[in-house]
Amino acid sequence: MKKAKYIGLILFLAGLGIFTILPFIGTYSLKDSDFKEWVEEKGIKSELFLEALDKEVVGQRFSGMNNLSPIIAAALDKANSTHRKNKEYNKIIYTKAHDISADLGKKAGTGFIPENKGLMWWLTFGLGIVGALLFILPNVILLGQKGIKNNGIYHANATNRGWIAWLVFFYLIAFYLLLYFRPEYAVNWTYLVDPISESLSGNPAGHWFVYGFMYCTVMTVMGVRMYIKYRHNRYQMIRTTSVLFFQIVFAFLIPEIMVRLQMPYYDFKNAFPLDYDFFFQWNLRSLINSGGIGIFILVWGTVLTLIIVPVMVYFFGKRWYCSWVCGCGGLAETLGDPYRQHSSKTLLSWRVERWLVHGVLVFAVGMTLMTLYSFFSETGTVLGIKTSSVQNTYSLLIGSIFAGVIGTGFYPIFGNRVWCRFGCPLAAYLGFVQRFKSRFRITTNGGQCISCGNCSTYCEQGIDVRAYAQKGENIIRSSCVGCGICSAVCPRGVLKLENGPEKGRINPTQVLLGNDVDLMHLVNDK
Amino acid sequence: METVVIIGNGISGVTAARHIRKLSDKRIIIVSAESEYFFSRTALMYVYMGHMKFEHTQPYENWFWKKNRIELVQGYVNKVDHENKQLILNDNDPINYDQLIIATGSKPNRFGWPGQDLKGVQGLYSKQELEQLEIDAPDKEACNRAVIVGGGLIGIELAEMLRSRDIPVTFLVRESSFWNGVLPEGESEMINEHIRDHHIDLRLSTNLVEILADEEGRAKAVVTDKGETIACNLVGLTAGVTPNISFLENSGIELGKGVKVNRYLETNIPDIYAIGDCAEQEKAIGNRRTVEAVWYTGRMMGETVAHTICGQRRKYSPGHWFNSAKFLDIEYQTYGWVFSDQNRREFEEHFHWRHDKEMICITMAFNSSDKKFLGINTFGIRMRHEMFDRWLTEGRTIDYVMEHLRDANFDPEFYSQYEKEIVDSYNSAFETNIKPKKKSWKRIFKSA
Repeated sequence: MKKAKYIGLILFLAGLGIFTILPFIGTYSLKDSDFKEWVEEKGIKSELFLEALDKEVVGQRFSGMNNLSPIIAAALDKANSTHRKNKEYNKIIYTKAHDISADLGKKAGTGFIPENKGLMWWLTFGLGIVGALLFILPNVILLGQKGIKNNGIYHANATNRGWIAWLVFFYLIAFYLLLYFRPEYAVNWTYLVDPISESLSGNPAGHWFVYGFMYCTVMTVMGVRMYIKYRHNRYQMIRTTSVLFFQIVFAFLIPEIMVRLQMPYYDFKNAFPLDYDFFFQWNLRSLINSGGIGIFILVWGTVLTLIIVPVMVYFFGKRWYCSWVCGCGGLAETLGDPYRQHSSKTLLSWRVERWLVHGVLVFAVGMTLMTLYSFFSETGTVLGIKTSSVQNTYSLLIGSIFAGVIGTGFYPIFGNRVWCRFGCPLAAYLGFVQRFKSRFRITTNGGQCISCGNCSTYCEQGIDVRAYAQKGENIIRSSCVGCGICSAVCPRGVLKLENGPEKGRINPTQVLLGNDVDLMHLVNDK
Repeated sequence: METVVIIGNGISGVTAARHIRKLSDKRIIIVSAESEYFFSRTALMYVYMGHMKFEHTQPYENWFWKKNRIELVQGYVNKVDHENKQLILNDNDPINYDQLIIATGSKPNRFGWPGQDLKGVQGLYSKQELEQLEIDAPDKEACNRAVIVGGGLIGIELAEMLRSRDIPVTFLVRESSFWNGVLPEGESEMINEHIRDHHIDLRLSTNLVEILADEEGRAKAVVTDKGETIACNLVGLTAGVTPNISFLENSGIELGKGVKVNRYLETNIPDIYAIGDCAEQEKAIGNRRTVEAVWYTGRMMGETVAHTICGQRRKYSPGHWFNSAKFLDIEYQTYGWVFSDQNRREFEEHFHWRHDKEMICITMAFNSSDKKFLGINTFGIRMRHEMFDRWLTEGRTIDYVMEHLRDANFDPEFYSQYEKEIVDSYNSAFETNIKPKKKSWKRIFKSA
């Protein structure tokens, strides 16, 4: 059994290693016909840029993207600055050099990798999946009897902020930086999943398809780990199934199939303001121009945020979204589960959390109001501020860096819910509803708490659960995503997530159940 | 301003300090030799098992004490001089008090076994003992076998801890079945099975005779009363605890097993109180023992004594008995009184139900003449404290409890429910025809 685990680990690392090398290798040779086609498609009017690429890129062989993309970037830079100088504004190319390189690179790739997509998929994703499963599945036997399986978490390097954790931290950050800011280096990855993409949407894969596919794969494999670890806990089993279903079907398959059916790409469960560009001009226009389905999406997206989400939070707490449906939550609950203990429980971090998460909400709502004002009044500025620069700032700082790079990259060191806790504007919105108008609570079982601290330690949202439980108080916190782990790890059966009447939901106590009845009433009713 | 000094920073002392702070502006000093800050003793096992770090067992952040003006002194109290209202510390200045609370807890029992003070022999109560265990039993290479002596709650926790590092464990239990001085037979038997399922070498009806030493004075084996010698590197002595009060001998404070207190938690000396594990009631309260070494009772005494010290003299009057524990993977809760077969009272009748596959069972005790519900032990099913507390107060019959059992279920959502099976089994055993009612939020939150 142990041997199987080791073999699994080696296979996984081999797959990961090959995957990691891919951005730096490969041969690129851009055919004239492909180039022409691209120019046509993009409507490039800069003859300077075309000439430069014709001369320096088309027909030549480049080994590695690092030799190709700087040439494209330099040509673009030169062409644009000349056009600016000559005031030929219609010729300026606004597409980023990295995106052009990614586009052209995708067409230019030749040689072993694009010619052996299936084999390469097996050598990367395949090895990774098989290896990881081989590493995880023996736990069915090795973990022994059903029960809480947290032995050794704080002795293991990987889960106790050792060097492995730091390595994963830097790897994830590098991966996200590449994905968001250097997509041209992801070209080789896109070949691996081209067959899958073509079978779904009919189009070759882009780097976001790679990410989407990978996201589903990682969640599924780590979901298997969740099933094994929490197999005695039916709440966790059902919840894990739910997040997997919504990720794979709603976030991945349906949008791709919609594209095949000439419909807009849309994730029906991704609610504004997490889906921060839903009300952006380009999206509104594209939806309005997409006929009935576009209008339906527009109505659905608005109703989802304004009615469905808060009503569901009233009945079930924000868990129905954050730990049952949401994609970010889904990754946190599967890939992030081994790191949940790292969220800080200090009062200081709670203070920071409240400022940050509500700040992002204000930012998102403010930006959207500006956007809508600009859209309906057809101006580019509001009170002298350019709407597009606010949008770009949000996309960069919140959409890419906070949600992506920090959101996932920080898992191994700062816990698996950094984004959800400190940054997600939707979570902040749901939090208000949960705190002030909801039937959800975590009930504390009378006086049974022994202050052991397992609940607080394993709370991914950094809630000091014990602080409430040891006072006999129910836990009513806007940030609780209802993952149910506090209840699972409690050795005394003190915590229960439940939906019940609003009356008595918040129950401050000074003296706990079990003591002198008169004393309890005297003190608690004061 | 009056000064309240509390010896001991466990749950009792700290609860007292917190409540005194809420009720008054008195100066509060807590003296402890064990640790700088309050930690949850019951959580020490999870540190060894790697579920938590030691800092996670501390329920309050370090700034809490200063903010609440609770002074912490690290030192060992050698002597209480009540005539001068002064504490003499080992290597610290004397501390004067106006009121003194003794909350020094327990220490592991040692019954004079030969070899009980050897290296590699220890109990598991204090932070220091946890640290010692980490030294003597870091892994299965350094510790090829551990022998645990004493089949109580600490013994089984120590066994679970050592097993978490794959250290082979032999578990010597004096009784004929695990904890059967407290648990009825069926439950005790289920725990026996569960212990063995965890590959713990359980030896029932077996006593320790002596611990043998190697040349360096370390424990190398134990000899049992079955004539067997078991080689080991670690001996865990977990045969119960006893009040930690030896520093009070000849202090003038009346001692028995513990510090003798009346219902107001007052000792024979004015302005000196004792709470928690180290306090001994002059007369037992209800079915309770005179010394209650339980987390919850320590906390309740702390809540109570704070009122007395702050001028609202209050009797310690605990409500209905409750307790909880975890036996390896099986959670246990108890509400009211369910006695073991040997201690059962003549009017106490039991209904026992056990799941045919899972390690789940309950036992309910009731009065055989009027069917009044007396208490429940539940294993593997979480139950709502408030419901049982209310039913006990209202003096409900077991039939009523059966009928409303679903209101008391506290298992996580989507868990299998066993109320129907339980009630069916009760119906066939006692020829009743009870139908369990659906769970009702209205009833659950009736008085809340």
